[in-house]
Amino acid sequence: MIHSLFLINASGDIFLEKHWKSVVSRSVCDYFFEAQERATEPENVPPVIPTPHHYLISVLRHRIFFVAVIQSEVPPLFVIEFLHRVVDTFQDYFGVCTEAAIKDNVVVVYELLEEMLDNGFPLATESNILKELIKPPTILRTMVNTITGSTNVGEQLPTGQLSVVPWRRTGVKYTNNEAYFDVVEEIDAIIDKSGSTITAEIQGVIDACVKLTGMPDLTLSFMNPRLLDDVSFHPCVRFKRWEAERILSFIPPDGNFRLLSYHVSSQNLVAIPVYVKHNISFREGSSQGRFDLTLGPKQTMGKAVESVLVSSQLPRGVLNANLSASQGTYTFDPVTKLLSWDVGKINPQKLPSLKGTMSLQAGASKPDENPTINIQFKIQQMAISGLKVNRLDMYGEKYKPFKGIKYMTKAGKFQVRT
Amino acid sequence: MSSSSAFNDDKGGSSSVGEPEYGHDPASGGIFSSDYKRHDDLKEMLDSNKDSSKLEAMKRIVAMIARGKNASDLFPAVVKNVACKNIEVKKLVYVYLVRYAEEQQDLALLSISTFQRGLKDPNQLIRASALRVLSSIRVTIIVPIMMLAIKEAASDMSPYVRKTAAHAIPKLYSLDPEQKDQLIEVIEKLLADKTTLVAGSVVMAFEEVCPERIDLIHKNYRKLCNLLIDVEEWGQVVIINMLTRYARTQFLNPNINESLLEEGGGGEKTFYGSEEDEDDEEEEKEKKSEAAALAKRKPYVMDPDHRLLLRNTKPLLQSRNAAVVMAVAQLYFHLAPKAEVGVIAKALVRLLRSHSEVQYVVLQNVATMTIKRRGMFEPYLKSFYIRSTDPTQIKVLKLEVLTNLANETNISTILREFQTYIKSMDKDFVAATIQAIGRCATNIGEVRDTCLNGLVQLLSNRDELVVAESVVVIKKLLQMQPEKHSDIIKHMAKLTDNIQVPMARASILWLIGEYCEHVPKIAPDVLRKMAKSFTNEEDIVKLQIINLAAKLYLTNSKQTKLLTQYVLNLAKYDQNYDIRDRARFIRQLIVPTEKCGALSKYAKKLFLALKPAPVLESPFKDRDHFQLGSLSHLLNAKAGGYQELPDWPEAAPDPSVRNVEVPEWTKCSSREKRKEKKVEKPFYSDSEGESGPTESADSESDSASGSESGSGSEESGSGSESEESEEGSESEEEEEEEEGEEKDQKKKKNKEIKKPVQESESENSSEEEERKNERKRRQRKNDSESESEEEEDESESESSQSESEDSDSEAEVKKKKVKTAQTKPPPKPAKTDNKKGKKEMSLLDLDDFEPAPSPQVTPVNNFLSNSLVTDLEGLSLSDNVLSPATISPSSATKSYELLHRITGEGLSVEYCFSRQPFSPDANMVAVQIEFTNNTTNDTKNLHMEDVKLQSGMRVKEFPEIELLPAGETTTAVMGIDFCDSTQAANFQLCTHSRKFFVSIQPPVGELMRPVFLTENEFKKEQGQLMGMNEITEKLMLDVKCRNEHAIVQRVITAANLSRVPCGSDKECSPPVLPPELPVHRFSGRTVTSSSLVLVTVASKEEGTAQLMVNCEKMVIGTMLVKDILLALTQ
Repeated sequence: MIHSLFLINASGDIFLEKHWKSVVSRSVCDYFFEAQERATEPENVPPVIPTPHHYLISVLRHRIFFVAVIQSEVPPLFVIEFLHRVVDTFQDYFGVCTEAAIKDNVVVVYELLEEMLDNGFPLATESNILKELIKPPTILRTMVNTITGSTNVGEQLPTGQLSVVPWRRTGVKYTNNEAYFDVVEEIDAIIDKSGSTITAEIQGVIDACVKLTGMPDLTLSFMNPRLLDDVSFHPCVRFKRWEAERILSFIPPDGNFRLLSYHVSSQNLVAIPVYVKHNISFREGSSQGRFDLTLGPKQTMGKAVESVLVSSQLPRGVLNANLSASQGTYTFDPVTKLLSWDVGKINPQKLPSLKGTMSLQAGASKPDENPTINIQFKIQQMAISGLKVNRLDMYGEKYKPFKGIKYMTKAGKFQVRT
Repeated sequence: MSSSSAFNDDKGGSSSVGEPEYGHDPASGGIFSSDYKRHDDLKEMLDSNKDSSKLEAMKRIVAMIARGKNASDLFPAVVKNVACKNIEVKKLVYVYLVRYAEEQQDLALLSISTFQRGLKDPNQLIRASALRVLSSIRVTIIVPIMMLAIKEAASDMSPYVRKTAAHAIPKLYSLDPEQKDQLIEVIEKLLADKTTLVAGSVVMAFEEVCPERIDLIHKNYRKLCNLLIDVEEWGQVVIINMLTRYARTQFLNPNINESLLEEGGGGEKTFYGSEEDEDDEEEEKEKKSEAAALAKRKPYVMDPDHRLLLRNTKPLLQSRNAAVVMAVAQLYFHLAPKAEVGVIAKALVRLLRSHSEVQYVVLQNVATMTIKRRGMFEPYLKSFYIRSTDPTQIKVLKLEVLTNLANETNISTILREFQTYIKSMDKDFVAATIQAIGRCATNIGEVRDTCLNGLVQLLSNRDELVVAESVVVIKKLLQMQPEKHSDIIKHMAKLTDNIQVPMARASILWLIGEYCEHVPKIAPDVLRKMAKSFTNEEDIVKLQIINLAAKLYLTNSKQTKLLTQYVLNLAKYDQNYDIRDRARFIRQLIVPTEKCGALSKYAKKLFLALKPAPVLESPFKDRDHFQLGSLSHLLNAKAGGYQELPDWPEAAPDPSVRNVEVPEWTKCSSREKRKEKKVEKPFYSDSEGESGPTESADSESDSASGSESGSGSEESGSGSESEESEEGSESEEEEEEEEGEEKDQKKKKNKEIKKPVQESESENSSEEEERKNERKRRQRKNDSESESEEEEDESESESSQSESEDSDSEAEVKKKKVKTAQTKPPPKPAKTDNKKGKKEMSLLDLDDFEPAPSPQVTPVNNFLSNSLVTDLEGLSLSDNVLSPATISPSSATKSYELLHRITGEGLSVEYCFSRQPFSPDANMVAVQIEFTNNTTNDTKNLHMEDVKLQSGMRVKEFPEIELLPAGETTTAVMGIDFCDSTQAANFQLCTHSRKFFVSIQPPVGELMRPVFLTENEFKKEQGQLMGMNEITEKLMLDVKCRNEHAIVQRVITAANLSRVPCGSDKECSPPVLPPELPVHRFSGRTVTSSSLVLVTVASKEEGTAQLMVNCEKMVIGTMLVKDILLALTQ
């Protein structure tokens, strides 16, 4: 399926290549560069590019293009999903997935890719199995390896690959047994010019960090499982149990993983936790524009709205912005025309505002496009949908684990049109 | 050691000054500078006999490969290291080998023998990796070797090796396509494999090698459907795609009847929008009547296999893997009845939250689906609204979907959205929006005027691109009803002065030319202007100028004759041959000369014929003849290796081809099967035999250890061969059974309800019944030998007591027993009764299960295997499966009294040895303590104090229990390192008010943990523990304990040992004994010192038997002999 993989950085250098079948010349990437040139923006490079003899399927993550070369029919999503899994694995191993990190760990990268694909077909993609095969590099281990000449390839044979619970490594031991679950909900919304909601939906995930000894069997139940409209599970979750009882029953992988992502049914009205009053206008004939933005909380159920960050792409005609923020700091990049305002926490008594003027190119006519305002925020200790975990039980092991559940609401793609 | 010193120098150089190119970091740019020097150096490092320098060299070489640098000249030096001991070096050599073997075929052959040796390794993982590398080496000479290796591996007993064999098939096929026939045989064999591990890989091989051999699937179809949910995600994608194709060839179109109904009810419009052309509709009707006729002949009933596929794929819509979701979605789109396709919409919309590349692919497919089945996505209209942060290619696709979804009811909302989009900063997107508006306008008559007006307004937009796009769209719209809109045409004529975009200029010119009769005054003027700028125009504009000139000449030759000639003259000398040709052609056609023929008479008709309005249709129309989700669909062109999705067959092929004969053993009762399963499971998880928490001591463990040996004991030769095959059939049995269950849902449910009850019954049932079960099982297994032996035993006389009771050792043991019994209070019932009562209680309690560990401790493996069983069962079992109630009777654990209710003033404490590994310290024995508060007051702060121990012993206290409410029971686990002695651990048990002195004394059997040995290993070890370390006793077996099961049960109860699987008894009995009689072997290690404990029980005629214990620790050995004697004779 996947013939070769090329990693290309932002400046167009191929800094890593790996072949699983016969070697494909790196000149095949020229087709990719052509497409890249045509696309102007990096994110507009088509994910699938046909060339005379091959097809290039690429993903862009962390400003690195991962370009897979394939030769015959294969579901494109299969390749895309796999490439993303590769990036996730790198991130998991090196903390960040940058060109420097990959170059520093090129041998580990190679070993990983070797295990993940066999003849172009995915072999071991579960992080628990991979970590059994190849130990992630840590500073300490790198030092020890340098001195003792020992390796970061697992000495023991990876029995996990043979297991019926392939996502969990065997022989896990912890002195402190802990299981933490983060319920994170994101609000995707488009708010109209007039402040009315055009579309709003809640997408949530439950991320888990489970460090439990042995083979624990967990069940997680919700107070109000009916809220969840559409869910997708980590493979460890027993699907039929969810269908029948709306209980999550699973033997967790070791470490961090995403247990569940869900969509809250669209019947429920979404509480929008912030409102924006805006007045962005340009007068015909003058080279000045007005910018006036005020943020305020609404429907937050008494919780503070934190880490608020407002960003907006101003029209190309704007030369500079001369604004004053009542709170936080703002920056305006005159090249990209990106205005961003780091507000911080919203104080309901004293609403944060950003006011001032924008200067336009002299003589230029008034821009006819309206900037949209993107807002990011966080609300701790609350799931906006009202989802609540009822209880977490553990079977199969005798100790008492420490359990913790955290809720958070964030802005997803939260846009205000002006 | 010149080489190693050289290496050291290099290292030194890197850290100090000297030669920076020898950095540790293989990727640091410097090392690639001086070629020759570097290679010599690497060769030296590879030749050194230090692993560390070899590793360093290999790392640098791999870094070179990664950068695409040529490292092929190092081949001889590298290939020598293929047999290196160091695993990492070895792996990196493999990487190198796979990369360069194709270029250096001869040298690559040097490495082959290493892999051939690896193929014979007893460890399955080594076999697998040897096959993997061997098959990746692309050297044609070794094709026969590969073929042989694949064939062998395909019948390997390890599913992992078989999986690797499946992976190797396409590799060999691409190397030598002539092997196809042989490979198909292997594929056929592997397709019949019943493990989830193999399924995905073999289907992948099938797709690459012989996708046309759909007949190979028949027999495996149902199995694949049933296994699907447990296959790993990548395999799922491949299997689903293949099954889609399969289903298209084997089942009837499920929508035959629906189209019939639709026709009858006239409900057509809901599915097919009004935009459909008349002709199309007619065609459609024709088709339908045909179909209806067909349906009338034979009413459509969905094949149960078709239904099975749909049912088993549906849960996968919930997968986290986008590729799996897409695969299921396309399966439903192509195979499901219309009414059911809707379920996929939600999942596909969910994928839109994913990475932009995923969105891109999903939106392409949604766009195709919306054309065919618009209703499906209508509820999710808002999910396709566009955000300013979306990449342009995503925006355009979303627009496409929105346009496809537009109908009379939602068009106003959509148009309002479009209005916002037009103000976007992304001009490409604005252009796409304008086109979308145009399409909405053509498709939905009601809004045509609104759209047109909006577009005309856009003509005054400042952005030229926007205007140009509007012009092009307006042109298309006007074509539909030109007479109404002459003012718009006039307005557009004015635009020629400003608009520079060629396409737009060309469009305007065409419009004016086409409708010059509506704007008779302006048209010649426009031509005049154009003639002036002709030479500077783009080709496409020039062509339209010529066109305009020709049309005006024909309608208004008086005013434009000269102009036209001027333009044609200009065109005659144009650089572009197209334009020159056109000019020549038009001149001949319209300017009457004596030479020109009849054609010029028709010139007017030719040029001014009424042209049909263009149909603005989606570029995604008709794309669904490609299988959705495929590369070919995405590119709208057939990709290499694409398998056409066949049309539905007219009549269904014979469904009986999928019937599989049901082997007899699937008919046995469910409970017994369940037991089999439990036993079977640990094979996968523990099989590589790390010591760890291996087998529990319950009665079933014998067959489990049987399978264990199967994996480890290949070298033992023919003796264990039969064992292996038996194991294989067992696992198959299990899979098959699952299938059976899946097939009959109802039955399964019944079973589920019954199961727990049955299980608990079995737990309480008398031993006889257990034995009966056991025997039944055995019968089924056709283990006739043990069967007959059992009978023999029973027919024997019952004179066992006398002999054993004579021995003093016996008496001693008895005394000890009495001692423990004495600590027991008089009011308590007899020990056994007590135990039973206990069990029953725990069973009842478990109905409302509490998270605290249950009092009846069961070995961890049971828990695991149990939950795994639920996993395998399609994850459908209810709570009670998880509770220990269903766990097989673990008679091994005995509870002992620690503190009686009366002495403890209402607090009663019992302990038992759970036989689980004590996780904080492997050298400790886990003791499970159960506290019951029989008072009416709460007991607080339960903890231990003042531990008195013999030297060397250690105790890990249980965590303090804060509160034990009245009437409640709780448990805690503590660990004691008894130092392999039976000395008691004394300590005080403290509550908030009182302290009690208590002591825990372990029976010797609890001082060990089971280890797995194969028979050969056992004998080898036994041979080393002769003489002083061997204790032999003769005994007379208790009447009730003359069959194999009872002996095993009792020994395992007495001591925490695991059974050594015996292959054929005849072969392996020690020579002293008559060969027909069974020998039971058990093995373990002491917990603290890990000394081996080997127990052999050889039964002889007339109920006599010989007990032999081999143990390094003689004291332990002696005591163990006594305990086991006691257990076997009573």
